[in-house]
Amino acid sequence: MSKDTLFDKVWDLHKVSSLPGGSDQIFIGLHLIHEVTSPQAFGALKDKNLTVKFPSRTVATVDHIVPTDNQSRPFKDNLAEQMIETLEKNCLQHKIKFFNIGSGSQGIVHVVAPELGLTQPGMTIACGDSHTSTHGAFGSIAFGIGTSQVRDVLATQTIAMNKLKVRQIRCENQLTSGVYAKDLVLHIINKLGVKAGVGFAYEFAGPAINVLSMEERMTICNMSIEGGARCGYINPDEKTFSYMKNKLCAPKNEHWEKALKWWKSLKSDEDSIYDDVIKIDASKIEPTVTWGITPGQSIGINQQIPHLDELSQNDKLVAEEAYEYMSLKPGQSIKDIPVEVCFIGSCTNGRISDLRVAAKVLKDKKVSKNVKAFVVPGSEKVANEAKQEGLDQIFKDSGFQWREPGCSMCLAMNSDKLIGNQISASSSNRNFKGRQGSPSGRTLLMSPAMVAAAAINGKVSDVREFIN
Amino acid sequence: MKSEFIPPIGKITQINGQCISLIGNDIDTDRIIPARFLKCVNFDSLGESVFKDDRATLKGRHPFDLEENKNATILIVNSNFGCGSSREHAPQALMRWGIKSIIGESFADIFYNNCIAIGIPCFTLPKKSIQEIQKYNDNKFLFLEIDLKNSLAKSKDLHLNLEIKESSRKMFLSGEWDATSALLENEKLIENKFNDLPYLKFNTHLL
Repeated sequence: MSKDTLFDKVWDLHKVSSLPGGSDQIFIGLHLIHEVTSPQAFGALKDKNLTVKFPSRTVATVDHIVPTDNQSRPFKDNLAEQMIETLEKNCLQHKIKFFNIGSGSQGIVHVVAPELGLTQPGMTIACGDSHTSTHGAFGSIAFGIGTSQVRDVLATQTIAMNKLKVRQIRCENQLTSGVYAKDLVLHIINKLGVKAGVGFAYEFAGPAINVLSMEERMTICNMSIEGGARCGYINPDEKTFSYMKNKLCAPKNEHWEKALKWWKSLKSDEDSIYDDVIKIDASKIEPTVTWGITPGQSIGINQQIPHLDELSQNDKLVAEEAYEYMSLKPGQSIKDIPVEVCFIGSCTNGRISDLRVAAKVLKDKKVSKNVKAFVVPGSEKVANEAKQEGLDQIFKDSGFQWREPGCSMCLAMNSDKLIGNQISASSSNRNFKGRQGSPSGRTLLMSPAMVAAAAINGKVSDVREFIN
Repeated sequence: MKSEFIPPIGKITQINGQCISLIGNDIDTDRIIPARFLKCVNFDSLGESVFKDDRATLKGRHPFDLEENKNATILIVNSNFGCGSSREHAPQALMRWGIKSIIGESFADIFYNNCIAIGIPCFTLPKKSIQEIQKYNDNKFLFLEIDLKNSLAKSKDLHLNLEIKESSRKMFLSGEWDATSALLENEKLIENKFNDLPYLKFNTHLL
């Protein structure tokens, strides 16, 4: 059993009681809500005649269903309009702060909370969205919950949960040029498997993690859930604190000093005990691309799609399913596979640094005429910053469409969808069957830089040929 | 669709029903309920959309479309069932189709929690046992009697020792799987925690 890790410390700090069944009652320091998983929770509150216990500890934004072409109200899609109206009504009624479209702070919930300074070390953070693990990049313990638990957090600011085990993933050495946080996390998921993290929190550590920016750390923690771990985190350091300083909701003045002192005391002890430790050599990782229907089915850009006999017994069944669905053959190179749609965005890779990297690749280049390419900034703040830097113009000049912020084609709840069996190069997080809106659509996950390279060449390409 | 949906309530000690097998590892929640069906403000009509795209692809040959499975209530699955998104819509859709319990090799964390929170007991069995059940169920009806008290499942040919998290089992037996009331009982402790947490003192501007 783990001892003295950051996870243990934060868990113990937030434990309210041991419940009769044997699980723990955990206080949730920050609750984030959005339009998709909250309406039924508010409905349940009403049915049970309950109110929101601490409205100040819940913050809302709208992201999943928002159109990215025309955000004027009412939305063209009646169901989407009904969902945003329901959220507006619930927030108003329960006095919950709502960052709506046009507020300057709307965006994907996991982009918005960190950039507002809401996400802080040592907190417990919950949201009805599996990518809540993103916030662990700040040394918070953050995890996705279902709608019944959203109801519980609204009503009690607590949830019932069994304590997770802790696996440290030590990333040794450094990533090489043209290899990004996305490649590292795809590689980790491939090595450990998509279910290895079930029952675990992942602590990402080591030299290759320490040098990452906060936004890169968010990319890593974001995809913990794709490895089965509902929570992933990184011990906070000076980078964490300097990222938060002066953010809208971060502590100010004497409160900042107090906060800093407390945050600095928060980390896994040198001699802390983990349930498991895994080592990864970051220097050996190539730009990584998924070829299948789970985020674990990935290979380096110069590798071939694996044959069945190279896979473990457990992975064979889903590999066979993947060959068929993706119309790809074992032994085939991932490089040069033609792509039809290129998507840059999502809570994994829709932040300003992601847009900067992609724009650098695209500058003075043109998107292949066979490709539909679009970029969806993660938030209004990201969009504004990108415009100030002229990135929007670089994207537009290259042939990318510049869109309004939202989740967009990561899960295709708005009108941004693949058509038929189109194949996309995507900076998002899931390549599940049908994930991007067409029941036969195909997704290749990769870093934003790799998406930009694929857009230019019209096929999967090695971004290192563009930047070196 | 089936007869009117009645959500589970109170103690769950026994589930008797016909099994339906769904073969495949890593079946994610996008497949269980595609994202376009999440555009709703209640869960009521999700039952008919469960596995919508997989069913359309198989043109009537999907287990959830077969006439002989229409009264099934116990779902038999392989490993990492329910991975991906946290959408509670997934177990809600299964439940509204008619599923009352799931037996599998393993489950994704959030999916498992969601099932428990809405009253669907999930059990695990070793890979070999699951495959045997699925093979048996391939050409024969399989009716199981699940006894939560003893974590047992029986049919005329099978006798299975099911695994379930002890905390989940206790919650179903006591009827406290709907956690809200148990959480609310500690109101004073919750308020103490709210007043004691260091960061809520220096984040007062949010209050």
